[in-house]
Parts: sequence; structure tokens; C-alpha cells
Amino acid sequence: MQHKVIDAKDVVIRFAGDSGDGMQLTGSLFADMSAIYGNELSTFPDYPAEIRAPHGTVSGVSGFQVHFGSDKVTTPGDFCDLLVAMNPAALKTNAKWLKRTAMVLIDEDTFDEAGLKRAGFATDDPITELKIEDRTIVFAPITTLTEESLKDSGLDLKTVHKCKNMFTLGMASFIYSRPIEYIHGYLERKFGRKHPELVEPNKKVVSDGYNYAANIQAIPNTYTIAPAHLKKGLYRNITGNQAIAWGFLAASEKSGRPLFCGSYPITPATGILEELAIHKYLGAKTVQAEDEIAGVCTAIGAAYAGDLAVTTTSGPGLSLKSEALGLAVMTELPLVVVDVQRAGPSTGIPTKTEQTDLNQVLYGRNGECPMAVIAAHSPAHCFDAAFMASKIALEHMMPVSLLSEGFLGNGSEPWCIPSMKDYPEIRPPYATAADSPFRPFERNSETMVRKWAFPGEKGLEHRVGGLEKNHAGVLSSDPATHELMVKERALKVARLADIIPELEVDGSLSGKLLVVGWGGTLGHILSAVHQVREMGREVSYAHFDYINPLPKNTEEILSGFDRILVCELNSGHFADWLRARCPGHAYLQCNKVQGQPFLVQELVEAIEKAL
Amino acid sequence: MTKYTFKDFKSDQEVRWCPGCGDHAVLAALQRALPAICEETGTEKENLVVVSGIGCSSRLPYYMDTYGFHSIHGRATAISTGIKVANPGLAVWQACGDGDALAIGGNHFIHAVRRNVDINIILFNNRIYGLTKGQYSPTSKLGAITKTSPYGTVEPPFNPGSLVLGAKGTFFARSLDSELKLNEEIMLEAARHKGTSVMEMLVNCVIFNDGAHSVISDRATRADRTIILRHGEKMIFGKDRNKGLVLDGLRLKVVTIGEDGVTEDDILTHDAHSDNLGLHTMLADMKYPEYPVALGIIRSVEAESYDAAVERQVEEVTAKSGIRCVDDLLRSGTVWEVK
Repeated sequence: MQHKVIDAKDVVIRFAGDSGDGMQLTGSLFADMSAIYGNELSTFPDYPAEIRAPHGTVSGVSGFQVHFGSDKVTTPGDFCDLLVAMNPAALKTNAKWLKRTAMVLIDEDTFDEAGLKRAGFATDDPITELKIEDRTIVFAPITTLTEESLKDSGLDLKTVHKCKNMFTLGMASFIYSRPIEYIHGYLERKFGRKHPELVEPNKKVVSDGYNYAANIQAIPNTYTIAPAHLKKGLYRNITGNQAIAWGFLAASEKSGRPLFCGSYPITPATGILEELAIHKYLGAKTVQAEDEIAGVCTAIGAAYAGDLAVTTTSGPGLSLKSEALGLAVMTELPLVVVDVQRAGPSTGIPTKTEQTDLNQVLYGRNGECPMAVIAAHSPAHCFDAAFMASKIALEHMMPVSLLSEGFLGNGSEPWCIPSMKDYPEIRPPYATAADSPFRPFERNSETMVRKWAFPGEKGLEHRVGGLEKNHAGVLSSDPATHELMVKERALKVARLADIIPELEVDGSLSGKLLVVGWGGTLGHILSAVHQVREMGREVSYAHFDYINPLPKNTEEILSGFDRILVCELNSGHFADWLRARCPGHAYLQCNKVQGQPFLVQELVEAIEKAL
Repeated sequence: MTKYTFKDFKSDQEVRWCPGCGDHAVLAALQRALPAICEETGTEKENLVVVSGIGCSSRLPYYMDTYGFHSIHGRATAISTGIKVANPGLAVWQACGDGDALAIGGNHFIHAVRRNVDINIILFNNRIYGLTKGQYSPTSKLGAITKTSPYGTVEPPFNPGSLVLGAKGTFFARSLDSELKLNEEIMLEAARHKGTSVMEMLVNCVIFNDGAHSVISDRATRADRTIILRHGEKMIFGKDRNKGLVLDGLRLKVVTIGEDGVTEDDILTHDAHSDNLGLHTMLADMKYPEYPVALGIIRSVEAESYDAAVERQVEEVTAKSGIRCVDDLLRSGTVWEVK
């Protein structure tokens, strides 16, 4: 059988195996290779919380999905064209994601009686049992072939088995006409210094996998995916967590305030702390605190001392930080708190994505305690979102909540590298000698912003704290003073509406239906809206990066439409927020709380239903 | 270098502690110690920051004419850590109570001590919750009758000294509120010390725990029931200066000079700078009536402070790195050009 070469517009591959099979690495290597080749792409790691769950069970299946194409790619894709299943459990958990035309690449060595039983199959015919007989199933003895490939390498069997993922990477590279030189180069960089003995064996396995796929007659088609027409420039791949860390470094450079990060490790936010810990050479100081509370409190201390202070966490950690965030609101110190949201409540499903912390960041503090809330909408956008959150915190003397999501934090996309000269200056409202004796809570009458003086500056000595006080900073429990200070702190947040960008609409400014979203759902919703439009129906879309305050023109935009469909990965937090802020509109909701991103298909259905 | 007097550190705020509260004396000692501290350590007033948590003693920053941060319950140590790491040039002083530092803030306290952050912690220990009006604290004696333990507590207390030394603390001192002179001395040493200096001040609460430390603090018997330790001096105490401490096997023992052939030469000499935690721990653990309660600086050893180590590491990696700015960083690693 001679295989056909087909030009494809876009392709989705899902690599799935045991959590120790190296699927995250395989997937991200394939993604990097495609990015360098010039494709648009989006990735989605979907892995269990257990580092090594029981071998061969469905609870231990780790997956990594790559969507790449020659045109705009905005989501990691709903369903896949190729599923790589390293064991029966991986096939079982992922069969539901197969397109009708999909190909499945299976390591048949793992499909023995014991393997099938561990995965919970009732029969010895998993293909029929899963009703996927109509797909192209390629059984390849990947374990045996890897052993054969490395029989003269001198490596022990355990190490040999760790190279299985490279065999599949070689096969996938053949199927999608990817040059394997990039992988060879990567292996040289990764192992060259510390484990030079692993370089050649891994390179050999990749090549053998590639050649094996080319020689067997089982693969009916191979594909070419032309490079995308990307904007000219220098590119890199970036994850959301990395982009947030770098956005803070950028804000630190622009403001001249040293960066301080006080954090406690928590999935899926830890990557930000890890990333900042690397970049001490840009002046960043990181404190891995003894707990979440110490994370935010060390940051508040650093802010008082004059740093750009940040703390990074996920939902449960944010709950622990609540009281201290009230202190930051009360002392009016600049601080950015990042919440990389995960499925809750409580410990929930740590590695799965959700948008269920919106109510927590909006309301989760004692007393009258509003905070600015910004949400990032893609892995690369995390850079700008972190920069803007820092700029607002520093220029407006307030804590700012920056919402990310597990989906963004671990997901990646190619990013056209910006130049720092194109970013705005950050100018904190410093107090000067003329402000002595310093009245710390005296405000700018327009922005309500107080001035910032920090220890070391002569004549500006002052005290801050969690107790209510007057403009001079003198403690006060006077009823009228308390109410005035409460109103001024709230007004300071509300007045941000004057400086944040206005809401933009994709599509007409008026019509039957406006779809609304916020955060990391942008790619999915936009794809769905465009699909519906291609079907000839008129629908518009508005995406909110700024949640508190809402953009100034929000009411005006909403007023142009008969119905508003709010799509979010929670039970309706943002819909409720809009109902309270912009009442009187016909709000509809599309919600999903499964620890998974939306599928474009389910959004299309929801939009059609709402039209 | 500005010359200061104690008045320079008094703020215009009215001190609102109860008359007779031990906190007044500790505040006075701090304000009186600071001119000498500033002179010796070359610290201008604007580089002093006083941090506190919540509780009676945590009102202290308002009474000091310096930069100050009155934070939230238990968190002073974490906030001090952030301030000191952000700007190691600042002198950070912290006021906190036994409930604040050892109950709700216990975690931050032991970790600051473990890290050896260069902050000076004055731990006001009155063995009671005062601001909430009289509940037992983690230092209340076993059986203490308070509003939340009407039949007596059933939990043993912390000894702050053991806690600090258990975390391998580098500086621990203990004193009584009324020992003004000794307290100034301790504060000066704490300021000199590069690392976490914990000063346990045994203070009286006239309202909710009057006589909290009277067993050892009564003037008539104080000399017999306490021992003031000074580095390099013999461990001698008593009204007649004739009692002393010796090692009897692996335990400390109180002896009388002139009895059973004991001479002054037999008495231990206090070595606060010794790395050996064993003897320091035994001294910190001494309880009346078996032993005199140890006052003064029990331990003061040198070790690199956390903030200095952070600073050093930043300098080391900066010197080695080829990445000088964010533009460099964005272009580092794997990048590709789209033409």
C-alpha cells in the first residue's frame, strides 16, 4: 500500500499514556517543533494530580493535546485526528475525543490480558468494546521495537523503556511530515552536559520510530500542514505561567521598583514562583514562604518597603490569603495577587481547569473591601495582563487580583516577542520631601490615590495598619470618618474605569445576541461565534479582560442587543456580576463545571439555541 | 550621623495601655536604648521600622515616631521578613505578644527563627490574652484559670526559649519588664546581632493576669529566684551572690559557694557565643523552684542572615548572567523568525 500525502489545514494530536510515560514532554516537543516550523498552535496538558498513579490504571492517564495549523488556531481543539495511546487505560479514557476520521496509534505490547484488565476492559477486544472499529487503528509493538532499537546501547531496561515516548514522537513526525532534526537538537541540549550517554540512544529511537512508520504499510495517509501566515517577527513558545512571571519582570523594569515574590507552592500556580526563582539576575527576590499567608504577608511587607510585590497561588491558597488582602486594601499598598484557578471547592481537582474563583476574588473578604480584578485570556496574554495588573497596583496604590486558569498556566502558544520600548511607563505616586509631615491617606481628588513613601525617606515617617484611620493616618473609630474612608477606597477602584481600555465587540454593535465571556475561554468562544456566523447567523462577541471595574462602555454595548449569553466555566459568577452592575438586560447563561475547557461544539449549540 | 535622644522616638500619640501594665516599661526601654543603638549601628531614624501584629503590645508602633506597620493577628513576623528582604538596609523591630507570636502566628515565628532573618523580635509574654479580655494563651501555666478555662487549662505551655533554640535560633534573651537597665543592654545586643533576635519580655497584665510572673519578679526574692546571665561571667546569683550553677553529669545543679567544698572556680562561666545548643537549652529551660529562671542573653551566635544570603545570591547570579534586561530575556532560549 502506497500512502497518500494530504494537505491539511489543521490537525489535533493527543498523546496519552501512564503519568510516567513522558507524554507531557512528547507533546510539548511536538508543539515546539511545529511552532518552529511556522504553524499556529495551541496546547492543552491534561494530567492527573498523582505524580505516579497506579501503573496502567485510568486514574493515572496523562494527556497532552497539540492543535496546529496553517491558519488561525485559537483553541487546543475539541476532538483529535491522531491519538497516541501508550496503554489500554490511555485508549479507554481518550477514545471519546476521537474524530470520526481519526487514526489511533497503539503500543500493542501493553494490550495484553493484564493490561486490559487493569484498565477495566471487560473483553479482550477493546476496539469493539469502545465502538471505534471505524477508525484507523495502528497497532505497533512500540515497547519491543524500542528494546530492539537499543539492544546494543548498554542501557538498562528501565531506561530503555523511558525512551518509548521518543519512538512515538518519531512515528508522529513521519505522519505529519515534521523534520526530526529539531528533536535531535533538543536531545543534545537536554542531555549533552549531564547525561551525554543518553543523547545518541534517544536520537536513535526517534529516527527508528520515524523509519518504522515510513516502512510499515499500516499508515494510509501522511499529511503536510503548511506554515501559517504569521505576522513578521521573532517568535517563541510561552506558557501562561511563564508569561505572568515575565510580565512582572517587565513591570519591575519599567517602574524601577525591584520585584518581590512571596509564594507557597500550589498546583497549578507553582510554575510562576519557579520561573521567577530562576531570574534573580534581573533583581527578582523570591521567598518560598512557610505557608500561603506568609506568602502574601511577606509581599505586603515588601510593598511597604517599596518593592513591586506579588504573590501567586490557586483557589485554596487565595482563601488563606483573604485576611491579608483586606490588610492590603486597608493600608492601600500596591500588590498583585495571582490566582491560577483550578477545580474546587476545597482541594477539588487540582490539575483541572475552571473559572470558579471569580466570586471569591470579587467578594471573598471581610468588611467593605473591593479589589480590582483583571483576567488573562490566553497563555501569551498573561504577559500583558501581569504587566497591566502591576501598573495599576503601583500607580493606584492598591492590591489587584489577576485571574489566570490552569488551562492558561500550563497551556502554551507561539508569541511574537514584543519590545519593551513599546510598553508604557509605570509611574508610582511617590511622596516627596514637600509632603512632610506625611499624611499617608490624603488623596488625589480625582483618582482617590494616596501617595507612597517608604522607609528610608527622611521626614516621611508614618504608620499604616489594619485599623480604620483618618487621612492623617491617625486611628479613628468615628462613624463619619469610617464611612468616608470606605467610600473613598471603593471610589478609587471604581475610578479605574477612566483608565482601562473600553470593551470591544467582535461583530455588529447591535443585534439579537451578544455572546459574552471572560478569561481563558476566549479562543473557544471566538471559534464558536465564527462558526455560527459562517453558518449565516448573525451574532456578536464581547470579551472582558477587566472585571472590576467593568469597562466604562459596558452598559452601552449591552444595550445594543436583545439577549446576552454569558459563557463561563462556573455556575454563573460573571452573569451575576453583570446582572448586578448592568441590570435590565435579558441574560442567558452557558455554564460548564467539569474541570475541562469548553468544547467549541457545545458552545456552537448553546449559541444556536440562544438565537 | 544624627545624634538622637529618647524623645526623638516618642510619637505624639497618647499611650493607651492600662496604668501599671508591663508594656509601658518595655516601650520606655526601647526608646531609651535607641539613641545608643542608632549611634553604634549607624542607623538614621528614617531607616527604623517597627512592625507588630494584633494584641495589647502590638499597639507599640503607634507610640514610636518611626516608620511603622500595625498588621494583622499573628502575621507580624511574615511582614517583617518581607520588609527586611526587600530592603536589608532597614533596621526592623517587631512587637508581638504570646498569643500573637506563638499561637496564631506560631508558624511564621519558628520559620523566621529557622531562616535567621535579621529582625529584632520583642516578645511580650504576659501568659494571657489581654485585648480580648482574659483567655488563656499558649504560655499560660498548666491549670491556669481564665475565662475560657474556668476549671483550669489541661494543656501544657510553650517555653518560648525552648521553641527558639529548638529551631536553632541564633539569639535568645529573656528579661522582666521592670529590669529597665538590663533590657536596654539586651536591646543593644539584639541590634548588633545579625539574625533573628528574640527578646522574651516577661510582662505583667494588671487586669487579667496580675502577678503573671510575681514568683520570680517580686523585688524581695528576685535575686534568689532569677539569674542574670552575661557572656564571659560566672553563673552566680542570689541576694548574697553565693549561689551558682554547675554541671552535675548531664544536668545543671544549683550549688552554694563555700559549702561542700564548692569554690567560685567550680561555677560555670556563661558562653553565649558557643555553638553548643545543649547548655543554652538547659539554661533557657530552668524553672523555679528547682532552678533560678535565667534572664539576660542566653544565646548569641553568628550565622549568615537570610536577607543577606538572598542579597548575596542575587549578586552572584547577576554577575554570571548574560541576561541584563527583559528584552534580553524575551529573546533568550529557543526563538525563531517569521519572515
